[in-house]
Amino acid sequence: MLTYAIRRLVLSVPTLLFISFVIFMLLQLAPGDPMAQVPLTVPPEVKQKMREALGVGEPALVQYWKWLVQVFWTEPKVFIDWLTRDSFLLGWLPDTNLYQGELRVISWQTRSPVMDIVLQRIPQTLWVVGLSYVVGVLIALPIGIYSAYRQYSTFDQAGTFVTMVGFSIPPFFTGPLLIVIFSVYLGWFPSIYDTTHVVNDWESFKYQLSQMIMPVMVLALQTTAQLSRYMRASMLDNLNQDYVRTARAKGLSEAVVVMVHVLRNSMIPVITVIALGVPAIFGGAIITENVFKVNGIGQLLITALFANDLPMVMTLTFIFAFLIVMFNLIADILYGLLDPRIRYD
Amino acid sequence: MTLKTLLLGAVATGALAPAAFAERGEDGHVNIIYWQAPSIMTPYLSSGTKDIEASSLVLEPLGRYTETGELVPYLAEEIPTVENGGVSEDLKSITWKLKEGLVWSDGTPVTSADVKFTADYCMDPEGGCAQLAKFDHISSIDTPDDLTVVVNFDEPMPNPYGPFMGGQSPILQKAQFENCTGAAASTCTEANFNPIGTGPFVVDEFKPNDVISLSANPNYRDPAKPAFATATLKGGGDAEAAARAVLQTGEYDYAWNLQLAPDVLASMAEGGQGTPVSAFGTLVERLEMNMTDPSPDLPEGERSTVAHPHPILSDFNVRKALSMAIDRNLLTEIGYGQAGRATCNLVPAPELYASDNTECLTQDLEGAKALLEEAGWTDSDGDGIREKDGMKLSLLYQSSTNAVRQDFQALIKDWWNQIGVETELRNVDSSVFFGGDPGSPDTFQKFYADVEMYANNFDGTDPQSYLQMYRCGNEPKPSSQWQGENINRFCNEEYDALLDELAKTGELSKRGEIAKKLNDIITKETMTIVPLVDRGRVSAHSNTLGGVVLNTWDSELWNAADWYRIDG
Amino acid sequence: MTDSPQDDLILAEGARVAPIEALKDKGPMAPPRSKWRDVWEQFRKHKGAMMGAFFLFFITFGVLIGPYLWTLDPQALDIRNKDMRPIYTALWNSEAKVGWNHPLGSDQLGRDNLSQLIAGGRASMAVGWAAMLLSLLIGTGVGVMAGYFKKLDGPLMRLTDLFLSLPILPLLLVAVTLFRQPLRANFGPEGGMFILIVTVVGITSWMPTARIVRGDVLAIKEREFVLAARSIGTQPFKIIKRHLLPNVLSPIMVSATLGLATAIITESALSFLGVGFPSDFPTWGKMLADAVARMEDFPERVLLPGVAISLTVLGVNYLGDGLRDALDPRIRGR
Repeated sequence: MLTYAIRRLVLSVPTLLFISFVIFMLLQLAPGDPMAQVPLTVPPEVKQKMREALGVGEPALVQYWKWLVQVFWTEPKVFIDWLTRDSFLLGWLPDTNLYQGELRVISWQTRSPVMDIVLQRIPQTLWVVGLSYVVGVLIALPIGIYSAYRQYSTFDQAGTFVTMVGFSIPPFFTGPLLIVIFSVYLGWFPSIYDTTHVVNDWESFKYQLSQMIMPVMVLALQTTAQLSRYMRASMLDNLNQDYVRTARAKGLSEAVVVMVHVLRNSMIPVITVIALGVPAIFGGAIITENVFKVNGIGQLLITALFANDLPMVMTLTFIFAFLIVMFNLIADILYGLLDPRIRYD
Repeated sequence: MTLKTLLLGAVATGALAPAAFAERGEDGHVNIIYWQAPSIMTPYLSSGTKDIEASSLVLEPLGRYTETGELVPYLAEEIPTVENGGVSEDLKSITWKLKEGLVWSDGTPVTSADVKFTADYCMDPEGGCAQLAKFDHISSIDTPDDLTVVVNFDEPMPNPYGPFMGGQSPILQKAQFENCTGAAASTCTEANFNPIGTGPFVVDEFKPNDVISLSANPNYRDPAKPAFATATLKGGGDAEAAARAVLQTGEYDYAWNLQLAPDVLASMAEGGQGTPVSAFGTLVERLEMNMTDPSPDLPEGERSTVAHPHPILSDFNVRKALSMAIDRNLLTEIGYGQAGRATCNLVPAPELYASDNTECLTQDLEGAKALLEEAGWTDSDGDGIREKDGMKLSLLYQSSTNAVRQDFQALIKDWWNQIGVETELRNVDSSVFFGGDPGSPDTFQKFYADVEMYANNFDGTDPQSYLQMYRCGNEPKPSSQWQGENINRFCNEEYDALLDELAKTGELSKRGEIAKKLNDIITKETMTIVPLVDRGRVSAHSNTLGGVVLNTWDSELWNAADWYRIDG
Repeated sequence: MTDSPQDDLILAEGARVAPIEALKDKGPMAPPRSKWRDVWEQFRKHKGAMMGAFFLFFITFGVLIGPYLWTLDPQALDIRNKDMRPIYTALWNSEAKVGWNHPLGSDQLGRDNLSQLIAGGRASMAVGWAAMLLSLLIGTGVGVMAGYFKKLDGPLMRLTDLFLSLPILPLLLVAVTLFRQPLRANFGPEGGMFILIVTVVGITSWMPTARIVRGDVLAIKEREFVLAARSIGTQPFKIIKRHLLPNVLSPIMVSATLGLATAIITESALSFLGVGFPSDFPTWGKMLADAVARMEDFPERVLLPGVAISLTVLGVNYLGDGLRDALDPRIRGR
């Protein structure tokens, strides 16, 4: 298993390079222009000059090479400098001063380093999207397990109904609906997420909770619906297997049978879905973030896409790709741990 | 913040300080929401409206346009004109005098060197300055003393108020931006996000594409202003959510540019927390007729070029009939409500330049049918679509993706069907439609459609450069990488001759006459451009925010220094 | 545990050979039954599945023959009768603008809601089913191949990673730029767009299915019955068909249910971005998206398409549940 993990890790480098190249060429092929949002009152010659200043006209391969150098050489240097200068962990080391003012990955919209903006966005994305994922998983697993155990009970039927309706109604509808009910009519929660809010005491924590609750619920509904369906289906497959009968026959308690034997064998599809979902947390939730003005990474990606801010889109999708590859690797390793019969070597 | 705490706060401040003696910062905090989030604080590196308006809280020009389109001095002592000697008789130079005793927010004095630097910054060939067009034809800038700036032009400028006027070209501090010229412009993140200005506010924290925290400028020239000690400018979401936050929940005080269907806005306004305000500028939603053949059967590089005239739309009668079939008043009522006026003009304002052409405002379906009949377009095979010489009267009508535009498309298609014109609709994502990517077939410049709809306007109050766009030869074509502003591929000798005359005329009444004639040629005489609606701007402010004057000629936040909290 | 075919075989054998007297059943021997009849019997017992099937049938039938019963053109504007309410609003609000000419009301341009719902259902159902089937086909194919053949696992899973990380919006724009014109020329504006949308939704949504199926196949192929099948020399494709696919049916069914909902919703997001059907071509997703701004004044405009989508998805879900149970020999006959 260890050799497998190491082999996969080494292989992931060329994979990621290839993925980044495909994404880059896709973005180059896609129609679009960073000047699209510039008003029509600005004459075309001026727009052309602005494009040149951004480096748009250069050949695609040159642009790709520059981007590679910036991401894999310049940005790590900035990061190491930050580690040895400001971070708590390694701040005692002498300042390395590796970064000598080379050009970093610069966003075309804001003319500032992409990484700085990404770091700025991570807190609210983790708070809202990450928390909703945890909430979703925590609700979905018990629902899935119990609905399978008591198949066709009232609980199962109600759970199926609620989750499927929840899944088939898109967040662009549930979001505004919650805002109308809870912000406009009841006035309980704010409809606009305040990203500058600092939590430092009980009052501010309560405010943070009140502004997070609606987006978290909208997102958790989607996660719950999806996960609980897979959990239920997978449990049902296993509950009628011979080994369950054997376990019961040798006198194991129901709790041990269900929670240890069946659950462990049912986790494979569920682990896959969970692992696929984690990179999506970092990708943010485009629609929900927009509806509640959370302005996390999802909103960053969509505004960059609409503004054709290629360095930003490229860097974000690459981070995303990196996480996908890593979490799929983790899922594959988990399969082996859950079911020792699965062997990759 | 909930409405309750907002109101309580307002009551508390009202009780403590009588409104008569205004004092800086006494009204606490103001919340502004822009559904497009600002990404940078200088208009020179991005010309998006959101960025220009956000930076107008901090940076100021020498003079601004008022809500009626008049010029008022800001950093300048007065607006230079030929009458007061500020503009030379030959219209080739303009002399600005700065107010005395002006200081930047860091306490250093504002001098003419800063003004000259601003021009140099933008005119740097490598900088990619977005407002370069404002600095066209400048030959040199002299600074005889610390408070005087003389701008010399290389040709007579009937309208010399391009540089340093309006939200698009405010003054930058030389000391801060000195090392940021040319290619270095994008390395100055700190300066671009937190420029030192003379405006009522200074930036405390700038989160790009998210939120800006501001506080009152301690060195603002009027010691009683601004009334707000701090301000938040939040971005993101959509127009609907922004309207909701001001009109229904009262969380925010001011919402920008609420492009919503009038019935939606009206039902939100019943929330009673705020009031929508509207004002008109020069933005006109129009149909543009393609004078060249966009057929996909033509080889690439010849589609939509002057080599092939349009087989249907080259006929004036068809264009005229298409225009006659449209009920502009109904379109306005459905799409814009109080924020729109039906119009037949390309230049709807200012009054001096607006033609009195109202003929198109009444819909005439029968007349349109008769006109087509007369021009030889008849429905010979009884399928409801007219033909002539075996050519079906069938059009592809494209626009950008936007709820109101799609409603307009549906309505216009319906009317055109009634007069026997078959219409196919297409809507294109606006980042592609308005982007100038020569590789994409869907840009508005390429015009691979028969009719397209969008809106355009002009900066400031002078329409000369706007009318010049339709000069013969200025059309997008393969040899110019499909760049060009004459979208219709319009070509008219009389029009071009009048344009030359306009460029030479300085006298205002004369300019007005020529501009009106130009407007009439391109609209009612040739029906090349079919104007639909003169679109105003709708914003909304909460009922507790006073002093809002909606201005479409300059930044909407132009008078943020005068805003105050209404007690209650 | 083995799967149905073997069970059937043993049962059939038992019926033919004369049993030993002592082991003979007391009652009369039931005549041999076909497997599919058993499946149907079991399926019929499942109330949810019957209801789901009925709903799906009803909705499909409704959108197919609806336009002949209610002949109003969904694209026709009737501006004088705009913003009408559904007829039932008159029950509690006598001042509401209602009329039998628009039984479910009309939208802000006076288009009839009922005929839009019918026409929109045709488009949404067609897109939903086609895209879901395409994505299932690719996903199951890739997943089974990768899980069963060790050599293919690496390349196919890296391909999955690649597709997972592709940003959808630029991909769409590229697809529209490259393929819209030829498709439009060959299939007309709506047909061409249909193919484009189905393909795009299909090829951007198969990856989770592929990964889930692969994970299950990895575990199942190490089970004893597969080993047994392999030891008697069964061909790999036979093993996949008879032993692996039936055992990964339940995650596939879940994927199918969720996939149908996703496809219908994604289609609306596409037209929202201007890369979908022409703007005056109604679909359920688009009706829902357009109506959100007016949901306080005209709740029926979000409810009608919302309920239609939910019912369809619920129907498919229950149908899937029933099918899965019916096809599982361990449950069947109990």
